[in-house]
Amino acid sequence: MGALLGVLPFFAYTTIFLVIPTLIVVVGAFLDGNSRPTLGNLSALTQPQIMSAFIRSVLLSAVTAVLGAVFGALLAYAVSTGREGGPLRRLVTSLCGVLAQFGGVTLAFAFVATVGFQGFVTLWLQNVGIDLAGSTWLFEPGKGLILVYTYFQIPLMLIVFLPAVEGLRPQWREAAESLGGNTWHYWRHVAGPILAPSFIGAMLLLFTNAFSAYATAAALISQGSPIIPLQIGGTLSSEVILGQENVGKAMALGMVVIVAVVMTLYTVLERRTTRWLGR
Amino acid sequence: MKLRAARRRSQSILRRMIVGLIGLFFALPLLGMVEFTTRAPGGGRTLETWATLFDAATIDANYPELKAGILASAGLVVLTVAIMLIMLVPTMTWVRLRLPGVRRLVEFVCLLPLTIPAIVLVVGLAPVYAWVAYFLGESSLWLAFAYVVLVLPYAYRALDAGLNAIDVNTLAEAARSLGAGWPTVMWRIILPNVRTAVLSASFLSVALVLGEFTIANLFSRDNLQVAINLLNKRDASLATAAALAALILAFIVLFAMSFVGAGRRSHQPEEN
Repeated sequence: MGALLGVLPFFAYTTIFLVIPTLIVVVGAFLDGNSRPTLGNLSALTQPQIMSAFIRSVLLSAVTAVLGAVFGALLAYAVSTGREGGPLRRLVTSLCGVLAQFGGVTLAFAFVATVGFQGFVTLWLQNVGIDLAGSTWLFEPGKGLILVYTYFQIPLMLIVFLPAVEGLRPQWREAAESLGGNTWHYWRHVAGPILAPSFIGAMLLLFTNAFSAYATAAALISQGSPIIPLQIGGTLSSEVILGQENVGKAMALGMVVIVAVVMTLYTVLERRTTRWLGR
Repeated sequence: MKLRAARRRSQSILRRMIVGLIGLFFALPLLGMVEFTTRAPGGGRTLETWATLFDAATIDANYPELKAGILASAGLVVLTVAIMLIMLVPTMTWVRLRLPGVRRLVEFVCLLPLTIPAIVLVVGLAPVYAWVAYFLGESSLWLAFAYVVLVLPYAYRALDAGLNAIDVNTLAEAARSLGAGWPTVMWRIILPNVRTAVLSASFLSVALVLGEFTIANLFSRDNLQVAINLLNKRDASLATAAALAALILAFIVLFAMSFVGAGRRSHQPEEN
């Protein structure tokens, strides 16, 4: 009993600031404005603007997860063939750590300063006859947001995927070569199958990363709420319509369900990965 | 041998091309920020914005919101790291020593924030923070409570790796048999042995807190990122410079961390 007292502060703290907030979302999604049980909040999710925000969020996350995974994996491979503990690797991994975590406002500003109306690439392209400033492409989920999100997805992919690429032993390649295999055979029959689970797992992680992101879009988009995190933010900061008090919680629950499904898949894959790469 | 040499050469060319192309994609927006913050009104270059940013007196007089944001974030960094360490290190050690049965539960709770997006946490935290404001006041500093939850998974992993590398049980038993009390064990035995893990958990927390925007913005509190975002409406050049400066600061913190980690590995090569 005395031993349990030692973990009391931890559980008290996480109950107040993690478990209770989670329960407020989960339970609140099924309550109306007068705290009576209802399914109205969930059916409100089928409203066209909420539905399309969900679809846009999922598409944006999926596309940037694939782009980030492909380019991030290439970068991870390039970095892993470099010298271990060398300056390139240390620099790239620290830089990726910052860029993956430090999206948000900074990233929005960086892209506005580069390809915004007055951005230097925009101005430069104008000189060669390409007009980027004519439209609001940078602020649209299907165009600009994909570009901006990919910017923080690639570094995250590198961080997550690098250990897997580093787990490839040179002996495997030598073994493949001594049996007469060429580079294609090696990638097709050895490295590819070994890396596939971690690659897909990392892609799932990237999906949840983009799906959860709020700050970048909030700093970039000032009108409308095209994606679901912005919709939820809107329910917190603006007047709520009577009878829709807890729709924000239902949207939040929807997000948690999607993230939880993806993370479960991730955990399953992660278990498969450890079998070969021995991490 | 010939094959391997050829492969190494083609690998090296491929590596340079990939790193170069992706590096360009990453460099352009950062260059964009540098270019934008050094534009002079009539065309040409000036460092005026950067001079303003590092001129404490001018910031104090003309940009009180930026100053408030910087101070709030500095306070949040200290408070978040302090709460995180005071809560996690003793709990994780205690669980290893006396309650191995709840270790999985502690791990589950610590990793839970990974499946709960910050924006969802904000929705659930809103009523909790109404109580925090009621008891402790409206200060931005109390955001640290939520930030500890955000850094929990990363801090847990770092500290877990550190504690795995030492034999907590033997160390604690040795100290206890020599007459040390639990506080002494914690402070003089465990803590010095997981120094590097504590440092990396702290550095990660610092970087995360410096970049946090979602919670502070939606709760209408001050922090660095919120201040920068507000400042953008008034002085886009200064806001961009401040954002870049914060990014560079976070990079320096993480870069320093990569050396701390390297130091530990070379001292304890074969430990798990």
